Amino acid sequence: MTARGTGALMSVTYEIVAGDFVRAGEAASKLKRVLQQLGLDPTIIRRAAIATYEAEMNIVIHSYGGHISVDITCDSIEILCEDSGPGIPDIEKALQEGYSTASEDVREMGFGAGMGLPNIRRSADDFSIESRIGQGTRLQVRILHRAGE
Amino acid sequence: MQLQAIIEALSLSACEEPVENSEVRGGYCSDLLSDVMGKAAPRSIWVTNQAHPNVIAVASLIDAAAVIIAGGIQLEAGTMQKAREMAIPVFATDMPAFEVVGRLYELGVRGTVRGV
Repeated sequence: MTARGTGALMSVTYEIVAGDFVRAGEAASKLKRVLQQLGLDPTIIRRAAIATYEAEMNIVIHSYGGHISVDITCDSIEILCEDSGPGIPDIEKALQEGYSTASEDVREMGFGAGMGLPNIRRSADDFSIESRIGQGTRLQVRILHRAGE
Repeated sequence: MQLQAIIEALSLSACEEPVENSEVRGGYCSDLLSDVMGKAAPRSIWVTNQAHPNVIAVASLIDAAAVIIAGGIQLEAGTMQKAREMAIPVFATDMPAFEVVGRLYELGVRGTVRGV
């Protein structure tokens, strides 16, 4: 985790390692602690944790590695996830509940149920995803909050 | 209800985390991690057959009261260690998941889903 100096109240970046299922989820856990320390509403924290966890798992499962950068401002949580990887050929399909390209091994662990991106979209006030085949995927999530309430 | 009462009623083997006054407000049963992530309510007791360390990450993120790994599934190396690190009570039992959930229901634990 590294802190960056921007106009945000706080900015953090987490490096995500492809295929590391033991450490997977640590970025979401660390972000959750940061948001708790900032005193944000538990419902907002849960939504940010869901979005970050699912994005983190997608990077672990599908990419060659990437990072998640989070800016917390006075009224929003901005989550930017970027990976290098094969990219998503059909984003509309990937957003469908139940659609997954995860391997059988990964599914046996309870991942790859095709619920990740739909969970992220449900948790977000703003959601955008773009992907380039052979290069990688960029996902942006904004969750609105009012600090201190 | 108190986690301690559930531990005694189901004869769950003592986990290494001290469990003091931990309240269980409901239950959730699923092996799909995204399903648990999206739907399990805080302070739920989560019953699953998954035994790998990522279960603990999910349990921590949803504020689970405890995890019961059912069906005599062997815990993977690293799962207990992660549970200690994240202070999540984890119990492994030979009882199948159906039996565990049935007993919890008998004790008054009800299925809960988080409000969106």
